[in-house]
Amino acid sequence: MAEVRFENVNKRFGQTIAVSDFSLEIPDKEFVVLVGPSGCGKTTVLRLLSGLEEPDEGKIFIGHRLVNDVPPRDRDIAMVFQSYALYPHMSVHDNMAFGLSLRKTPKPEIERRVKEAARILGIEDLLKRKPRQLSGGQRQRVALGRAIVREPAAFLLDEPLSNLDAKLRVQTRAELSKLHQRLGTTFIYVTHDQVEAMTMATVIAVMNKGVLQQVGKPQDLYEKPGNVFVAGFIGSPAMNFFDVIVKSASDGIYLDAGSFQVPVPEERAGILHEYLDKKIIFGIRPEDIYSPRYITPGIVASPIRATVDVTELMGNEFYLHMVSGDKQFLARVDARTAARPGQEIELVLNMAKMHVFDSETQITLLS
Amino acid sequence: MAAVPEASGIRPILLKILARLRRFFSRLPLHVILIVIALLWLTPTVGLLVSSFRPSTEVSTTGWWTAFQTPFKFTLDNYSSVISQNGMGRSFLNSLIISIPGTVIPILVASFAGFAFAWMKFPGRNILFIFLVALIVVPIQATLIPVLRLFADTHLVGTFPGIWLAHTAYGLPFAIFLLTSFFGTLPKELLESAYLDGASNMRVFFRLILPLSVPAIASLAIFQFLWVWNDLLVALVYLQVPSKAPMTLTINNLVSSFGTQWQLLTAAAFISMILPLIVFFALQRYFVEGITAGAVKG
Repeated sequence: MAEVRFENVNKRFGQTIAVSDFSLEIPDKEFVVLVGPSGCGKTTVLRLLSGLEEPDEGKIFIGHRLVNDVPPRDRDIAMVFQSYALYPHMSVHDNMAFGLSLRKTPKPEIERRVKEAARILGIEDLLKRKPRQLSGGQRQRVALGRAIVREPAAFLLDEPLSNLDAKLRVQTRAELSKLHQRLGTTFIYVTHDQVEAMTMATVIAVMNKGVLQQVGKPQDLYEKPGNVFVAGFIGSPAMNFFDVIVKSASDGIYLDAGSFQVPVPEERAGILHEYLDKKIIFGIRPEDIYSPRYITPGIVASPIRATVDVTELMGNEFYLHMVSGDKQFLARVDARTAARPGQEIELVLNMAKMHVFDSETQITLLS
Repeated sequence: MAAVPEASGIRPILLKILARLRRFFSRLPLHVILIVIALLWLTPTVGLLVSSFRPSTEVSTTGWWTAFQTPFKFTLDNYSSVISQNGMGRSFLNSLIISIPGTVIPILVASFAGFAFAWMKFPGRNILFIFLVALIVVPIQATLIPVLRLFADTHLVGTFPGIWLAHTAYGLPFAIFLLTSFFGTLPKELLESAYLDGASNMRVFFRLILPLSVPAIASLAIFQFLWVWNDLLVALVYLQVPSKAPMTLTINNLVSSFGTQWQLLTAAAFISMILPLIVFFALQRYFVEGITAGAVKG
């Protein structure tokens, strides 16, 4: 059990900057998910923490110990690899016991921990098998078991679910959350899948191009994204963005997207007074767009007109790919909404949930 | 109506037989070629084996294929004669004394080197590797005189350690090349996982790299063993003591002194073939795996 701290860590591979000025404090017992598109440096962060890579600059602490010069085996961490990296010539039991026997753990203690981990993961029947005799899901459990028996200060998981099929992934997600609660240890989990981040994390850290974008609770990142990247990355389907000009009228401020205009609610207008007649980025999530007939009570509704391009019925809801002027956007509306491709319909934006960003810095204008 | 299920039961069987026939005929040319090649290879060997069991009078007057006509005239005299009187027994032992360390030492050294070249970071790694691999093309003949002089200065001429060293040196470049390439194909995460599990480089090498590389090491062992076992040149130059001569040298001497006694030569030759055959058949499973290693990712 330990907190983990990165202080201004930099890592380059040749000319490529993998991680840039990365600072992050991870409290003890949190389930932190590092999320970002591929190549954003999230796996490098994990490898820096494990000691498989060395930082060019900056400090890394596990607990209160500076670990920059500590070899991987002395960092008291366990890592689950994307490929599971099970030792192919050893049985499941030996795979799990390997780390303990290297550390000269007494035999009875090894047996106790292996049995306990196997029980937690439901792989007691597989202990005598070789990795090649296991299914993907079973291998994944063995990889987890190998980490659990070590009783490390922190678990590092590098996209452990990406080789599982969709159904198993959902199931394993829940099991990982349960495992985290049960073990009460710091989990640091890397994924490119924001759904995994949202569902399992207690804290999400979003990365892009080697730079940490925002850190926070899943709900906070969803509701108050700090910049355009986080707003577009967290949430599925992704947020719609429009280049708009802030304009003033007798009844208050409105946003002009060219093909449509929407008024800004008074309580959100504050900072926009400074951006009068300037270009900003307006963002609205697909789920904050409604069909006029099926509006949730209590929203700040602003109607717009747009043409239906493509429809996707998901059963419980309706995805409408819309075109307004030269802009395309996605609306996620009630499944009963009547809409055919080519038809012009009215939709309602919930402006209480609007997002606005500076078009230069891409940073949010909401506090 | 009752005939229908019966018919539908026969049809698949017929189709299966047809498919088998088609496969048999489509592969027939390949099989014929393989059988012809195998016969071409086997005939001289069988001739050698048969001749080695025939009395000298027979060998010098008739061909080996006539041995299967009655009356059968077979004898073990040739073997007892070469083993006891002509030193083949001693030579067999010498060949073993030369070949086993001559195989084990280079493979041991090459596997350590291969691990370092494939997985450790150290300055000059690539240049050193290229230099070592380039040594593969150096002809042995070019090294004979300098090495012999070196051995003479260090009193290694005519000793077993001297010839072990020579075979190790000649075998290493290729062995290092082969093992480095093979070790390099092992997944990186596997090693990283072991390091995180607390393994030292030694542990990783002995508990992970070696067990996972058995096919490559086995096929290398066959190569190296056959090379050393069949070597005449290196033994001739560096091992000038008759009491330490391996079988290749002894057979060579038999040829010059008993040029006409074919029955003795055939027996001696067959003795020298037995062990490589045993080694090959014992390890051929690994051998085939080894030369196709990396072709298919498991």
